[in-house]
Amino acid sequence: MSDVCPEASLPTCFPDIVYYSSTSENTLRFVERLGLPAKRIPISPKVTGPVIDRPFVLICPTYADGEGRGAVPKQVIRLLNDPDTRALLRGVIGSGNRNFGTLFASAGDVIARKCNVPLLYKFELAGFDNDIARVRAGLEQMGRNLGLAQMGDAPCSTMA
Amino acid sequence: MKDMTDIRIPRAINWNRLEDDKDLEVWNRLTVNFWLPEKVPLSNDIPSWATLKDFEKTLTIRVFTGLTLLDTIQNTVGAPSLMPDAVTPHEEAVLTNVAFMEAVHARSYSSIFSTLCSTKEVDEAFRWSEENPHLQAKARAILETYAPGNDPLKRKIASVFLESFLFYSGFYLPMYWSSRAKLTNTADLIRLIIRDEAVHGYYIGYKFQRGMEKLPEAEQQALKDYAYSLLFELYEIENQYTEELYDEIGLTEDVKTFLHYNANKALQNLGFEALFPPEVSEVNAAILAALSPDSENHDFFSGSGSSYVIGKAVATEDEDWDF
Repeated sequence: MSDVCPEASLPTCFPDIVYYSSTSENTLRFVERLGLPAKRIPISPKVTGPVIDRPFVLICPTYADGEGRGAVPKQVIRLLNDPDTRALLRGVIGSGNRNFGTLFASAGDVIARKCNVPLLYKFELAGFDNDIARVRAGLEQMGRNLGLAQMGDAPCSTMA
Repeated sequence: MKDMTDIRIPRAINWNRLEDDKDLEVWNRLTVNFWLPEKVPLSNDIPSWATLKDFEKTLTIRVFTGLTLLDTIQNTVGAPSLMPDAVTPHEEAVLTNVAFMEAVHARSYSSIFSTLCSTKEVDEAFRWSEENPHLQAKARAILETYAPGNDPLKRKIASVFLESFLFYSGFYLPMYWSSRAKLTNTADLIRLIIRDEAVHGYYIGYKFQRGMEKLPEAEQQALKDYAYSLLFELYEIENQYTEELYDEIGLTEDVKTFLHYNANKALQNLGFEALFPPEVSEVNAAILAALSPDSENHDFFSGSGSSYVIGKAVATEDEDWDF
């Protein structure tokens, strides 16, 4: 239900996308426009998170206060506290609003530092067209760099 | 006796029984972010102010009186007009915070004036704001929507446009001065206002989406049409206001790009698609850097993997992360 339908055919293997989106659904809208397979982290802490068994990129919005506290949603922290999941994390994309100044999309900075993975990109709210294009291209390149095309253990170029 | 039965007694608010978690989330965000203008050492900008040319000073004071008017409207009319429409008691409480912070914003501009300007200059600028047709037109367009009896969701649309779009023809200027190392303390104060307006636009836009999703498809479409037509009306006024203010300093086109960018963000706060394409809404890097210092470059995909950047340290709650 929370999975997003990919385009019929993808040119190459992308890393999986795992994302959190609150009830404002800005990140959900970004992921929908990205048009790649994606798994949503449930808003409710009572619901079990998605099964993650391939290398993935996390897309996470920011909820920091003026001091930077509380940037990363608890449900995302819970997911990353699992060592097996964390081992598959290849990078993070943060989202937010530039109006927050130096703390813009700081969830991306926090996760990158905590998990020692690259911060790949930052975008605002639901993202603009150029953000979608850059992230798609970036993930495609990343998929090639990671050798995901050769893995052969997961659906790559198409999804039912 | 009849009057007695008409009195509506509100329910005592119980913050331990939430109907919408977003109310507490935003309440916490707004209360932690509370500030007063006395926190910012504005007097450090006196030497910088003295380096501005006369027409630059006039422009700056006029821009700030225009912002004062919008904050005054949102403080006394806009946010209070949303309160009777609140779906939860907690939403109403959040809106009291929004209303008060708008009063703090309006008050802040007077702090800037009393620190940097002469009484005569300021009085002249307030007179200008009362007579400027474009400023008055945008105030009127918003106030018409806020009027009692109007559609609560249309009121939220107008409120998001004020919070997330109309302020930005004004906010541009202190960001521009800051990018040239002028009036940097004033810019710090304006950044606090910009941060608050982001939360206000986000929250009111969120409540708009919750209200709209309950409506039948046709009414949703009608509201969307209304939103885009109000945006166009305000955009026309903003263009003229921008030309009148910024033509002399030669920044009109740059300000308009900033308007497009913020109009897109306002639409996204309402859950709608961006309107202006990247060609006309990519804000110049110096202004982006003034808005969010240290993060103007946000694309680390490009090049080889070695160009990836590991995040900088920021405050976190370590007890939540158990590895």
